[in-house]
This record gives sequence, structure tokens and C-alpha cells, in this order.
Amino acid sequence: MSVAQAESIEDIKARNKELIQEVLKVYPEKTAKRRAKHLGTFEDGKPDCGVKSNIKSIPGVMTIRGCAYAGSKGVVWGPIKDMIHISHGPVGCGQYSWASRRNYYIGTTGIDTFGTMQFTSDFQEKDIVFGGDKKLAKIMDEIQDLFPLNKGITVQSECPIGLIGDDIEAVSKAKSKEYEGKTIVPVRCEGFRGVSQSLGHHIANDAVRDWVFDKMDGKPARFESTPYDVAIIGDYNIGGDAWSSRILLEEMGLRVVAQWSGDGTIAELEATPKAKLNVLHCYRSMNYISRHMEEKYGIPWCEYNFFGPSKIEESLRKIASHFDDKIKEGAERVIAKYRPLMDAVIAKYRPRLEGKRVMLFVGGLRPRHVIGAYEDLGMEVVGTGYEFGHNDDYQRTSHYVKDGTLIYDDVTGFEFEKFVEKIQPDLVGSGIKEKYVFQKMGVPFRQMHSWDYSGPYHGYDGFAIFARDMDMAINSPVWKMAKAPWAA
Amino acid sequence: MPQNADNVLDHFNLFRQPEYKEMFENKKKNFENPVADAELERVREWTKTEEYKEKNFAREALTVNPAKACQPLGAVFAAVGFESTLPFVHGSQGCVAYYRSHFSRHFKEPTSCVSSSMTEDAAVFGGLNNMIDGLANAYNMYKPKMISVSTTCMAEVIGDDLNAFIKTSKEKGSVPQEFDVPFAHTPAFVGSHITGYDNVIKGVLEHFWDGKAGTAPALERQPNNSINFLGGFDGYTVGNMREVKRIFESMGVEYTLLGDNSDVWDTPTDGEFRMYDGGTKLEDVANALHAKATISMQEFCTEKTLPYIKTKGQEVVALNHPVGVAATDKFLMEISRISGKPISAELTKERGRLVDAIADSSAHIHGKKFAIYGDPDLCYGLAAFLMELGGEPVHVLATNGGKAWAEKVQALFDSSPFGKNCHVYPNKDLWHMRSLLFTEPVDFLIGNTYGKYLDRDTGTPLIRIGFPIFDRHHKHRYPVWGYQGSMNVLVWILDAIFEDIDRNTNVVAKSDYSFDIIR
Repeated sequence: MSVAQAESIEDIKARNKELIQEVLKVYPEKTAKRRAKHLGTFEDGKPDCGVKSNIKSIPGVMTIRGCAYAGSKGVVWGPIKDMIHISHGPVGCGQYSWASRRNYYIGTTGIDTFGTMQFTSDFQEKDIVFGGDKKLAKIMDEIQDLFPLNKGITVQSECPIGLIGDDIEAVSKAKSKEYEGKTIVPVRCEGFRGVSQSLGHHIANDAVRDWVFDKMDGKPARFESTPYDVAIIGDYNIGGDAWSSRILLEEMGLRVVAQWSGDGTIAELEATPKAKLNVLHCYRSMNYISRHMEEKYGIPWCEYNFFGPSKIEESLRKIASHFDDKIKEGAERVIAKYRPLMDAVIAKYRPRLEGKRVMLFVGGLRPRHVIGAYEDLGMEVVGTGYEFGHNDDYQRTSHYVKDGTLIYDDVTGFEFEKFVEKIQPDLVGSGIKEKYVFQKMGVPFRQMHSWDYSGPYHGYDGFAIFARDMDMAINSPVWKMAKAPWAA
Repeated sequence: MPQNADNVLDHFNLFRQPEYKEMFENKKKNFENPVADAELERVREWTKTEEYKEKNFAREALTVNPAKACQPLGAVFAAVGFESTLPFVHGSQGCVAYYRSHFSRHFKEPTSCVSSSMTEDAAVFGGLNNMIDGLANAYNMYKPKMISVSTTCMAEVIGDDLNAFIKTSKEKGSVPQEFDVPFAHTPAFVGSHITGYDNVIKGVLEHFWDGKAGTAPALERQPNNSINFLGGFDGYTVGNMREVKRIFESMGVEYTLLGDNSDVWDTPTDGEFRMYDGGTKLEDVANALHAKATISMQEFCTEKTLPYIKTKGQEVVALNHPVGVAATDKFLMEISRISGKPISAELTKERGRLVDAIADSSAHIHGKKFAIYGDPDLCYGLAAFLMELGGEPVHVLATNGGKAWAEKVQALFDSSPFGKNCHVYPNKDLWHMRSLLFTEPVDFLIGNTYGKYLDRDTGTPLIRIGFPIFDRHHKHRYPVWGYQGSMNVLVWILDAIFEDIDRNTNVVAKSDYSFDIIR
């Protein structure tokens, strides 16, 4: 029982308050006022976390956020494996987001799938001056010529496109017609739009609605429907997450007709309006299209959480509740099947992790979704925050976090560093930009965007890996070596 | 059930288990509308043909798998090489998240950099307010000694004027009047990351030498005997900069490394995060004006900087990423000629050791064919070294290489019988390279991490030399310059060759008579 854990909730809340005041001191007054709204402590019984969110980042503070292009190309569209995604604009954006998100897929890259490739219009000055539409049209011809098995094209706009007034919609329509109705999707995800990745997700969702669904209306599905058809929405198959999730849904008797968008195909996108239920993992990035399908096609959607046995069990039952007894029995069967594995994982790792304190700062769903998995291992999340969450994310978070949890929205590099320094957690879970900062400080770290090149973490199979990795991080002998024996 | 608490399977093995394989099959068959196997095979084979290559090389608009990044990345690389300097990127914030991630994945180190977070309103009204607030915040929070401003393509398209903006910001009190804020316009739609490096280095020198944007008198040059050194954009900067210091010190030459980012990307794990570490001292940047000469290790990274320095009356020397005996000889002889100091006995002995190592091993390299891609100077330096080893750099490709570079590489080919059947490819990408590796195969490929896709598709073993290297650790800690650095490159090449030989001679009772223990 460390000193930290012996603190009362009141002590913790007082400390958090003090800590927040302390970091705000460094800012110019105007900035301090704005940042104050994003920092707080969760109070039990409150419907949200008491912080403002989804507001423009402040210049010069070192926000961890990305941009709309990252949300559309990097997250939503990029993983659709049999389409070619053009990073439309200068070379950089496509280069930095090239195959770095580990959206696993199966296919022959360069022939029938294109996920780990970088297609770009590589804008030059003349394209900025004279516009890039002619070049874009030519690019589409060259794609057809050299990659004949592609099943569609998307145009992922980078900053200049919207600024120079290019008409990518007109080019896309004309080329789609020329290529016998081929799916060509213009996406207006310029990086300057919105406040973070988040608007990029929304724009990408809207593009599916306008350029995939609306084209499909009335066309029959490629398969015979069954009452048990579901689509996995908002799983990007990082390290195979969607696969270790899909297997459970199939084992309980459901039929997964589509994965959005990890290891996904255009055929699966097109099939989704025929599903009976959409199961939604990353609410933040794909609630828009889920709501649309509910409104337009009457497909209900249900959020789930496949991190850690407690939440998986809860989620399997929740999903099953939308179906008949056959599926409900299937859910119980799956839970029972994996229980010995889960018991063994917890028996092995919990004693090594019990009481350890974690601070998170991630995107999408993870700032809340992974809390249960840590708790299954006897660990405690003492601080969390979203890169690009909205108020509805913080509402959902209130069901996960404990009284007194420190909450930081769109945290700045400075704040995060100071919070960790003060709270001294046993583990920080955040991204590549933060990883080495905290490791220098001697704090164990796991990347919770890319699973630190491990994974999957979703599902029962994933939980074993999650537990192993957290143990590996916290109990590595390296942290004992950070201080030289002769250093005071 | 494949998973097991005592032997946890992760993605490497989990998905090879029968349950998952069956799941993949069903997914593909029932829901993916897959391409028929025969058609897939036909197209796969077709992409290996001469006909496909011609089509591929006829491309005019599309770029596939380029081996270059954008200017602002080079801008950040250059900026962090100065003492307690915070790079400040004026434009969209997502770019900065990308640069920071990109560098952190390569160096396995933190990369600090801020943005002015411009959004729609800034696109309409310009980003002046973002600059005013941004400089104030960055200055107060991160306490830098200097803030180096560069741009993203957004700020360039709308035409923000950095000089005017910084002036206004100072007037509004964002940072003190005398605080150093050098700047460079770094449009992503011009050149590549090496251009960004060039622009920022030039911007920093102009700032200190030419009167700090009109706020101080321009400096008067009083020539001394010192030599300035510019490394250029370099993924091995951590190892290289230290090696170069050692070389200068071994010869007792006074020197200034301009933009020395070797410490900031190599900080210890000892309980403290150092946002800033090492770097070229600001007074040394100012005093670099008085140097006798400036040596650039990479001509194509300093195309604007060197002519600028020359206008100040310094001699400038441009090398092309020297690797190997002759190239290092030239580097050292230039230092010796400029400084008047002899090349040290220590370095002469190191040279002999490198020659010794080459003599021991060149039989394994002689006549082997190589394809190389990467930045222009790196390609040149490696091609020259391979020819020195008796290898043939058959395909040399730089996405960010232009006509002048291609002519230079061609002249290199023409200088030796080992260059006889070699070709240079400026402005081409890795999809072009893929065609070349099929139609004119080579024994080995040299390039960055992205080359692993070419290795997989064409069966050409990849030797990882370049930037970025994401999937191998700590290569950046090794120098590739100097005789010692050349030794590292030699060992990497040899390791790849020997591993390849072992891989091809390990079938029991078929090929393992050649599975020799002595090579």
C-alpha cells in the first residue's frame, strides 16, 4: 500500500486542484483562462467529467492532436484495403501516415489490396498556381492503367485543395462515369478544417453516406440475408483487433457481414445497410454513419467494449439482447468457453500488477474503454483525457472513472509532463510523441494507439496479450537502472 | 482455442491458428467480393514484365511510394540542432503531430515542436493572431533560448508573411524584442525535406549575421581559422556528428558544427526529460560568420545556404555524403588544406584499418549488383563506396534528385568500369524501383524501412541504410561518415550478404554442403 493509495479521496481532489492551478500559472493570462476549462477532477454522480471539449487548440502550447486529414485518410478510409486512397496535395501528409497505424489486412499488396502503399499527387508549385484538377484526372487514369484490380478510389484532400478552389467532386463524378460507375469518393478533409482529427472522421463518414450508400440504394445484397447479420463498426484492426473481436461474434452465432474499416472492403461497406444490427466499438469516429443507418435504413446500433473480460462479458450479453435465445445462449457459451483462459491470465498477471496506477491520454474510445481491462488486472486509472473527445465522450466516461480521477482534455505537452511528474503513476498509456518523454523520466509506458507494435488487445485473445504487455512494461528491470548508484 | 496464459500468442502467431485461418477464408469468400485467384495471379505476373515497366515509367501525374518527405520536416530537423531552440511551425497543427511522430519513430526519442494551430478562420483572415498567441505561449511554457519559425503549406498558400508577423508579435509583447526568432518559408509543394533543411539553416544564419531582421546591426566578418560544418538532413546525425567532432579534434582544428542535433536526439534515461540538450550555441552561430570556410557534407541539402555563406567571403566546400576510403580522404584533405593542419596519425591509421577490412572482405562484394534509393547525396556517397568495393550500383534512384544530381551520378558511373551498366533515376519513386527490380534484377537493395515492401515483392534482400528506419533499432547511433563510419556501412553490407548466403545454403542434403562455418 503506497502512500499515494493511502490518500483519501478528499486529499486526491485537493491535490488535483492544486496541480491544475500550478500548471496554469505558467500560461499567459488569456491562455490560462482557456486551458482551465479543459482540466478538472471527476466528481462522483456527475453526468460528465466537468471539462469543456472539442474546442480549438491554443497556438504554441504543443497540442498532441492531429488534423482532419489524419481522421479521414489515416483513420476511417485508409484501412479500406481494396480501394486506392490518393493523398491529394503535397507529399508530406501521405508520407507521415504511410502504413504507420498497423491496420492489418490480408491481400496481395499492390495487386488487389493497397493498404500499405502511399499514393499521392505530390503537388508542386505549378499545381498550387494553376489548380490540381487536371492532374487529379490524369492520376485516376494512371491508377486504372497500373492497378486494374482496384475496386474504387478516394481523394483525401490536404490543406491546399480547399484553399485553391479545386473541384474534386466534379473530377470524381466525371471519372466515375467514364469508368462505368466506378466508386470514386472525393473527401474534403483538409487539415485546417475543424479542431482535430475528429472533424475528419465526421467528413469521412459523410463521404461514405453520399458517395457509397446513395449510389447503392435499391441494389440487392451480394448474399442471402440472415436474421443474425451484424456489422463491426469502428474497429480499425490495429494489430488484428477486429479479428479477435469478429471471432467472438461468430462463435456466439452471429454473422459478421462487414468490418469498418480495418481489413475492410468496398463490398463490405456496400453490404452494411443490409445488416440487422451495427455493433459500434469506436463511438467517436463512427457514430455519425451509425446514426445515419438507423435513420435511413432502420438499423439499430449498439455500443460495445471488448477490452478485458468484464467489459467483454457485459458487451456480449448486450449485443445478444438484440437477438433471440439462440444468440443469447451463444453469448453464454462463449463467456463460459473463455472463462478458464481469463482466470488463468488474471491469476498469472494480477499479482504482478495489483494496485498499480495508470494515467492515460489517448484518442477515440480508449480513454474510457481500456479502464475496465486495467481494473480486471487490479490496476487503477488515476488520470485520463481525450485528444479529440466531445462532450458525449465525457458523459460516457463518467460511467468508467472513479471519483477523484484527474481529467485533462486536449492536454498540452507541458501539462501532461507536470501531471505525471507530480502524480508519479506506475504506467502511462499514450502515443509515440509522448512515449520517450515519460520513459526518460523513468516512467513505464505503453503506446495505446499502436499497442506498441504488439496486439491485438481486443477480445479474449487480445486480453492475454494486453496483460502480458502491461506486465512487461511495468516490471521491466530497466526502470531500476535509471538512477546511477553513485547519483544522489 | 489457441490463446494460452502460459504461452501468450500475439499477432505473429495467433492469426496463423486454424480458427483464424478459417475465419479469414469465410470472410473473403462470403463478403469481400474478391478478385478471382487466376486474375490476381495474371495481374501479379503482369506487373513483373517489361510491358508493365514501360507503362509505369510513362506515368506523369501519379506518385506511388515516394522516397521523400516535405520541406517542413527538414525545417524541424534543422531547428532542433540549435541550443535550447523550439521549432515553431506556422500553419495547421496536424502537420506537427506528423513530424514529431516521424522523428520519434526513427530516433526512438522525443521530438519537441509546436504549431500555431491555424484553422478555417485563419485560412480566411490569415494567421497573425495565431502567431501572436503562439509565440507568447511557447515562450512562456517551454522557455526556449530561440524559437525557429517555419511554415506548412497552408500558411504558404494563403501567403502569410513571417517577417511582418514576427515583428508584429514582438510589438505586441509575445516575446522580448531582443529574443531570437529566425524564420524560413518552407512550402511543402517545393522541393522536399532536404530543401526545408537548407531554408532553415540559411534563415538562422541570415538572422544572426544580417542584423536580426533589422533589429540589430549586421555583423562585420573578421576572418579566423575556424571551419564551419553542415551535416545536411541525416538519419545518422547522432552518430555522425560525434564522429565529425572527433575527426576535427583529432586534427586540432577549430570548428563549429552548425545545427548539431546529436544530443537532443540522444538523451539519457535517468529520471529527467530534457526538452533541450546540446545543440549549436547561439553565440557560436553568430561567430560562425568569421570562419575561414564552411564544409557541407551534403551538397543537395545546402544549395541555398552555401552560396549565401560564400557571399560573406568564406570559402565553401560541398561534398556528397562521403562514405568510403577515397571520399573520406577528400573530406580530410579539404579540412587539412583549409586549416593548414596535417591529417593526424590516428586518422591515418584508421584509414589503414578500413583498407584492411576492405581487403579482407571485398571478394564477397566484388561483382555484386546493388540498387540504391534515398536522398541525392546519400545515394551518391553509397554508390561511390560500392564501386570502391568492387560492387555495381546498377540502379540509383532519388525521388528528390534532379537533373544536376543525375548528371553528377552519371559522371561517377563513367569514372569506373564498375559503373558501366549502371543507371541513375531522378524524380522516380519506389513503384518505379519495383519495376526495375523485376526487369533488371540485382542482388541487394539499399534503402530505408519502406524498402521492405520491395524486398517482399521482388525477393531482393534489403540493406537498411537511409531515413527513416522504423523497423530496426539504434542504427542512427552509428556514424556512417569518416573511416570508422564507413566501416559500419561495410559491416552492414557484409552482414546482409552473409545472411543471404546462409539462407540459400541451409537445406539439409540439398544445399548445405556450402553451409560453411568459415567465410
